[in-house]
Amino acid sequence: MTTVVTDNCQDCRYTDCVAVCPVECFHYDERMLYIDPEVCIDCSACLPECPVQAIYEEDDLPEDKRKWAEINAVRAGELPVCTDTMDPLPNAAGKKAALGF
Amino acid sequence: MRTELGSPGNPLIVAVVGAGPSGFYTTDALIKSDLAVEVNMFERLPSPYGLVRSGVAPDHPKLKKAIRFYDRIAEAEQFNYIGNVTVGKDISVEELRSAHHAVVFTCGAETDRRLGIAGEDLPGSHTATEFVGWYNGHPDYRDREFDFSGDTAVIIGQGNVAADVGRILAKTVDELKHTDIAEHALQALTRSRLRNIHVVGRRGPAQAKFTPHELKEFGSLADCDPVVARDELTLNPESAAELEEKAGAGNKKVYELLCSFAEHEAKGGNKRCIFTFLKSPKAFLGEDKLTGILLEQNVLSGAPFKQSARGNGATFTLKTSLVLRSIGYHGLAMPGVPFDEGRGVFSNDKGRIVEDGKVVPGLYTAGWIKRGPTGLIGANKADSAQTVSALLEDVGRLGADGVRGGAASCYEILDRRGVRHVSFADWKTIDASELTRGAAVGKPREKYTSVPAMLNLLK
Repeated sequence: MTTVVTDNCQDCRYTDCVAVCPVECFHYDERMLYIDPEVCIDCSACLPECPVQAIYEEDDLPEDKRKWAEINAVRAGELPVCTDTMDPLPNAAGKKAALGF
Repeated sequence: MRTELGSPGNPLIVAVVGAGPSGFYTTDALIKSDLAVEVNMFERLPSPYGLVRSGVAPDHPKLKKAIRFYDRIAEAEQFNYIGNVTVGKDISVEELRSAHHAVVFTCGAETDRRLGIAGEDLPGSHTATEFVGWYNGHPDYRDREFDFSGDTAVIIGQGNVAADVGRILAKTVDELKHTDIAEHALQALTRSRLRNIHVVGRRGPAQAKFTPHELKEFGSLADCDPVVARDELTLNPESAAELEEKAGAGNKKVYELLCSFAEHEAKGGNKRCIFTFLKSPKAFLGEDKLTGILLEQNVLSGAPFKQSARGNGATFTLKTSLVLRSIGYHGLAMPGVPFDEGRGVFSNDKGRIVEDGKVVPGLYTAGWIKRGPTGLIGANKADSAQTVSALLEDVGRLGADGVRGGAASCYEILDRRGVRHVSFADWKTIDASELTRGAAVGKPREKYTSVPAMLNLLK
């Protein structure tokens, strides 16, 4: 089991999750965040923080989002750690509205 | 002329009191600041990590991996761990202030709130803190005794601590024997004859404070069926409205899990864990030991998210010889620090300690003793960051009255008093021995449960 960031994060990258992560397990690229499953401790504190509900416990991933577990593991290994909150991406509000949040 | 405070020749010297998560997040934020720092972390036990070691349940090993993050912080050369030192006894707050530019208290909420009803202290009525400390091998609680010879236990409260406590009672010895549960607890639970575990909430199923993650585990226990009576899941309109709001998303998941438990077909386990709602304890019954608990039925009133529970006069008795009260923690006062008795916290403004409305220079606080006992481990990171940014804003005023001796001057005081202070390297010796002991019995770790046993390993 681990915790997974999915496509709702793309072009939002709010980082509210990073503020409550006890172990700095989030990594980032120019579009979104990824969780390192080797570092995450499954405390689930980040789940309710996400304004666009992008984060799932692996066991609860909908079928069409299951691939994100592996994407998180791979990308987290290649990208820098997100140690602190950042400003959301410029189009975050638009993306959020489009997702219906 | 002295160099500016926080420059390499004149580091900002900070004491952190308490080696739990908030102590480590405070340390991390100080080390990551732009200033040169020395951070000295004082802890009353030889072992660090606070509730991650002695609170997180033994069957949640992944959560305990937060320790790896704290160990990385502890590697910094600006950091000194000074364990087995009780601030206020082995060294005074005044002495810490003389040796440091600032002192940050991160000592958590060490006791429990009380219900304040008759019979609360009868043998058989315990706080969840005692039980959790006992099964986790905390030296303060290792000698407590719990009576598992009856068939019914009652847990008062519906937060994650109540869930942990209920789950440990509900699990079989086989489900626990490969965890780092203390050996004395495993032995005592081997003799448990409990069959019914009631988890009692003051408010309704839409207000239970479990995280979904914790509650879900009750659906997959080896020998225990989760039980919820269908008629207890009826919601008043205000509660139904709460679950439709974004703020109620977590509660909605909890409610859905409770509904699934109500539909759950019993797998014929030996134990049942019964979640029940809208009931408050009115009295603990029994002459010289607990024989039962008197509960009163509650009704909710108020607007959504502001509903409170009030008794409706109807009472009934539940026979039990074991009650665990899990209604929240409460901080303890420390000599030399202003204390807010009502809230059980050190009086503060965004982390700056305040007395009679005025900031006390050089004293700060973070974590549960700052804001009260709420929030998961990670909530303390943002909270500690807030305190450290206040401290850094104040740096210009902190070094005005002379040099500070830091760790060296504290060691001198402690050595003079014959206090065996424990370094992080010492702790790692204890840690290695615990791991070895655990490996021998198929456990990830076998904790030492007394301070002398830990100190015996150190020469």
